Amino acid sequence: MSKSLRILVPVKRVIDYAIKPRINKAGTGVEKTGVKFSMNPFDDIAVEEAVRIREKHKKLVENIHAVSIGPLKAQDILRTALAKGADTCSHVDVKEAELEPLAVAKILKEMVAKQNANLVILGKQSIDDDCNNTGQMLAGLLNWPQATFAAKVEIDEANMTARVTREIDGGEETVSAPLPLVVTTDLRLNQPRYATLPNLMKAKKKPLEKLSLSDFSKVDAEPRLKVMKVEEPPTRSAGIKVGSVDELIEKLKEVKAI
Amino acid sequence: MFSVGVRSCVGPVVRRPANFRLASTLVFLEANKDGKVAQSSLSALSAAEQLGNPIKALLAGSNSTEAAKQLKLTVGASLVDQIIVANNEVYDNYLPEAVTPLCLELLKEKEFSHFVVASSAVGKNLLPRVGALLDYQPICDVTKIVDPTTFVRPIYAGNALATVQCTQEKKLVSVRASSFPACSAGSFDAPTLEAPQVEIAELGVAWESENLVKSARPDLGSAAKVVSGGRGLKNKETFDKLITPLADSLSAAIGATRAAVDSGFCENSLQIGQTGKVIAPDLYIGVGVSGAIQHLAGMKDSKVIVAINNDQEAPIFQVADFGLVGDLNEIVPELTKKLTK
Repeated sequence: MSKSLRILVPVKRVIDYAIKPRINKAGTGVEKTGVKFSMNPFDDIAVEEAVRIREKHKKLVENIHAVSIGPLKAQDILRTALAKGADTCSHVDVKEAELEPLAVAKILKEMVAKQNANLVILGKQSIDDDCNNTGQMLAGLLNWPQATFAAKVEIDEANMTARVTREIDGGEETVSAPLPLVVTTDLRLNQPRYATLPNLMKAKKKPLEKLSLSDFSKVDAEPRLKVMKVEEPPTRSAGIKVGSVDELIEKLKEVKAI
Repeated sequence: MFSVGVRSCVGPVVRRPANFRLASTLVFLEANKDGKVAQSSLSALSAAEQLGNPIKALLAGSNSTEAAKQLKLTVGASLVDQIIVANNEVYDNYLPEAVTPLCLELLKEKEFSHFVVASSAVGKNLLPRVGALLDYQPICDVTKIVDPTTFVRPIYAGNALATVQCTQEKKLVSVRASSFPACSAGSFDAPTLEAPQVEIAELGVAWESENLVKSARPDLGSAAKVVSGGRGLKNKETFDKLITPLADSLSAAIGATRAAVDSGFCENSLQIGQTGKVIAPDLYIGVGVSGAIQHLAGMKDSKVIVAINNDQEAPIFQVADFGLVGDLNEIVPELTKKLTK
């Protein structure tokens, strides 16, 4: 096996994390018009990690390829990824369709083959559907090992293996695996850099491959789950402000919380 | 007359619908090294009970015989009609590369209409891999089971609830532990069956070590009371000085916001929120917590929410049942003192 890393970083365009989403009138989804979108925060961390791996292993990394599956505007997200250090990218135009993780994983599997990638770094979940599925599914389909919820990734150049510290319920655990490998990022993996203006300008010249769903004829992108309705969660009744610690304790005793 | 005739034909009430006669549910349970079944898995069992089909519980790992014994003694799950043990050390630490082939082998059986796991770190790691290889889209982090094909799950950090219907032959479901009570205590006797031997594809993954947070406190995920600290505590010293005694006085678990965790006030695994733990204790006390969307996602189903913050505009006050505006350096010690008395 030739010793080089070809990293694939899937990124998703989602409603910005700071925005409180509104349910649409029909109760079928979330209102998307006129809302600020940005790169899924976990994907930002994934891009950053790929770039840091290159900074650490200059000769090893042959290419960092970003891919986004989404509407035309997902290209903005790809430009951001390029500005942050990805070399090339592909946009899979699916119009307004919202693909389920299974379909996304199947498309990504083909992208892995196309790019001959041997390391895929994804966010652990997207902050819109909150599924936390795609990385695991991709690893399963490729029959590759997976290191999810990564808080630390170390590549061993000599052996072409990776040691990954994972965040688990009671603390952390460390696993090692040979490449090829799928890694999903947790928040603590790194602090993503800002895309500077010169880099944003340079990113415009970097290659963007345009694909569409029809280029993946083997992939059945039909949703498997039917969304019957989307509704507001029950709102909490307004609470009260108390004036002192004594009053607080009294109130808590009243409601039998203590 | 007709209706009377029909009624007389109906036997005792059976919880299983007629068309599900052969359907059963496979529940994947996690146990620690001593064979104690995880609290989140007990919630998964009670969620599985709601599906109404007989349950087969799967325990994997070198401790699974002990775990099966303890399960039978401590859990009153009358619907568990079989425990499948995969007593093999390759399943220790629940590496998904090893556990997935076992699940695939079991789920080949037509009888399993549902596969249920807790949406813990282990469940989240495992279920999608199984789903992809069976070519099913799982339904993740379910908070409510409407019927055996319809589920409710939160999306957008809990700012919306989606009701989804799954018509796939098998339903793969991960359940949010805080939304289902742990199944009741008791005991039952069910046959224990050895899991089939499954060839494990050698993918070269090795588990190296773990670094678990040792504490005598109740587990954050299942604690009845939680005291949570945020950025307002300024530093680790204040966090330890104020939060620990307050939690002690209430026998509460300690939690934190992302800001507090990132600033090193406490361990990562104590983070509450969209990407940390989702909790729903009887009492949640947020100290110096502003109440960002991502944090609220993890605690807004708590029964009683108390906020202590010096900023009366902090969003946490919009969800708090009781709010106290003021300097936490004065309020918290006073509260601790008065609760300890």
